[in-house]
Amino acid sequence: MGIFVDENLCNRCGTADEPMCVRDCPGDLMFIKDNQKAAIVGNRECWDCAACVKVCPTQAIHMQLPTSMVVRGVELRGRALKHKTVWRIRLRDGTEKDYETPSTGKPPFTPSL
Amino acid sequence: MNDVIHRDCDVLILGGGAAGCVAAVEAKELAPELEVVVMEKAHVYRSGCLAAGISALNAYLHQGETPESFLRYVIRDSVGIVRDDLTLSMAAELNAQVRRVESWGLPIPKDERDRPLKRGRGSIKIFGERIKPILGKRAESSGATILNRVNATGLMMHEGRVVGAYGFGTRDAKLYAVRAKTVLVCTGGAAGLYRPSNPGMASHRMWYSPFNTGAGLAMGIRSGAEMTSFEFRFIPLRIKDAVAPTGEIAQWLGAQQINALGEEYLDKYYAHLGGHSMTTQDRLYATLLERRAGRGPCFLDVRGVNPKRLEGTIAAYLSMAPSSAMIMSDEAYYAQHGGEMAPVEITGGEPLVVGGRLVSGYWIDAQRRASVPGLWAAGDVAGGSPKKYASGAWAEAVLAVRAMVEEARTTQHAPLDAEGLEREHARALQPLAKPGSVSPQDLEERLQKILDEYAGGISRDYGYSEAELKIAKLQLSRMADELASLAAVTPFELMQCHDVIDRVTVARTLIEHMLHRRETRWHCYQERLDYPQRDDARWTVFVNSVRDPDGTVRMVERPVERAHIEVELPELADGAVIRGRY
Repeated sequence: MGIFVDENLCNRCGTADEPMCVRDCPGDLMFIKDNQKAAIVGNRECWDCAACVKVCPTQAIHMQLPTSMVVRGVELRGRALKHKTVWRIRLRDGTEKDYETPSTGKPPFTPSL
Repeated sequence: MNDVIHRDCDVLILGGGAAGCVAAVEAKELAPELEVVVMEKAHVYRSGCLAAGISALNAYLHQGETPESFLRYVIRDSVGIVRDDLTLSMAAELNAQVRRVESWGLPIPKDERDRPLKRGRGSIKIFGERIKPILGKRAESSGATILNRVNATGLMMHEGRVVGAYGFGTRDAKLYAVRAKTVLVCTGGAAGLYRPSNPGMASHRMWYSPFNTGAGLAMGIRSGAEMTSFEFRFIPLRIKDAVAPTGEIAQWLGAQQINALGEEYLDKYYAHLGGHSMTTQDRLYATLLERRAGRGPCFLDVRGVNPKRLEGTIAAYLSMAPSSAMIMSDEAYYAQHGGEMAPVEITGGEPLVVGGRLVSGYWIDAQRRASVPGLWAAGDVAGGSPKKYASGAWAEAVLAVRAMVEEARTTQHAPLDAEGLEREHARALQPLAKPGSVSPQDLEERLQKILDEYAGGISRDYGYSEAELKIAKLQLSRMADELASLAAVTPFELMQCHDVIDRVTVARTLIEHMLHRRETRWHCYQERLDYPQRDDARWTVFVNSVRDPDGTVRMVERPVERAHIEVELPELADGAVIRGRY
């Protein structure tokens, strides 16, 4: 539905083996094109889980919302690190906001709800 | 046939999701000598409905709660139709399985007394963005063999017993024939049966995984396994468009449900149903009623909330529904530039058949055995025990595997079945074999249109009548020829063909269940417009089905057996008469 690959950044994970976005897509939607760049079979099939966005080592993949649902303008990037995932949301005026979510191991803090 | 890969194992697990990964680990821990194989259609690192992550575990016994108190709660929420034996044994395992997955690396925040943070009754906060890789990697290192990229299509049968399963490679289009002494099906529930909330390019923007096609249910139906309670469809109340859970906003921001007049309608108009503490299904129904009364649509009231407080909600959504985080960010942007937060509209999503939330799925015994010998079921495919969610799926997987390991140790492999192999080879790979004229997308849209319009979809406010169901039944039966004409060129397209074949199989059984129960037990979830009353005297039974080899679906009723527990059931919304008080 809403992921886009920057072919200038995609290096198919620098490996001859299966790139990580191809490995991790729960719908098995990612593949490598003849030009050795990652692509999605069709954004219509995408669940926008962002698995490919987070796992991409060169941050070549970002997510957008489908135009049939909302007006375009927001982009999501992210990177899975060892114990946390870092996120960057780009708003419609180009400003960016960063977030972190704990991912593995002992939680670094105890938030109250 | 040189495109067949043969394999033998002791324990075969179909589906490497929440239940499947824990089942693999449990089997290897209990019986390291046994050969354990997981058949997974994607890759266990991110497959299944936990792909994006989750921010809570919704089945957990807080201090003071017991399996019995959990059972009382679900009996009320499920209006009496619950398997007490399954619920009690599942609940007794919950906390141990949560601690186990925590020990594998799942971050669970704790209070000063080292207790998980309470997020609601039976619910704890987690940092679950990485929950699926944590489960998948643990399964991978357990010693079990993981067959990623193999889409299961059918059960291998011998003299009435399940003796393995078939699948095809989603990369190589080879047929996999895996012989097993015991088989666990845990492939998840069925999404994509009904026309979805969003159109076109956004049609997969849904709450449940669009890749959960009901394949495991369809396999069981084809092999004559008894199914229960498909007529109870789960319909989530969600934030419109984003289809995101409402709890994050309601809890982080303290937002109340309001109608278009700004009234807190749950308390104002529906106090007799429990007001803001009413059951989940009535919350959805009340929201529909407000619209019919001219007071809709309904919203979560975030007016006046400081946009900065949204940041916590956005971070929570990133760990479970990233597109919702994007939508909330956009809302906050407009709020900061236009003055006020717009209220967040809420509405119902498309109906699902999902046993982790309601009671629909395989009819199983206390050891999670299906009605066909050799087969077990756990998680969203398993019926009878509602509100188990992810942690309950782990509990159920463990209970199943304990029995499977015992049986696998004393069971011999069935002889190779060349005829059965040839039959499944032809059936499974058929779309590749010939130039067909029908695409899976066309048939999926046809299926979704039929169910939406004639079996209580979103466009019908979830209600339906016998006459409508009979039209649905006829139209689904007429799809048989088109299903046989499905064509695929790539293995990916072959998978899409099987997705729609399996969905139609599930839908046909669903219609039979909806036809059989002639009462309205729940609004929205199971709402017969032609039988608007709840009839506890007649219908406090499980409606089950078995598909006979000739394709006819035979309905069976099974009694509800209460485990020495008394529960007052809620009223049916809008004060309809309830006959034969339960």
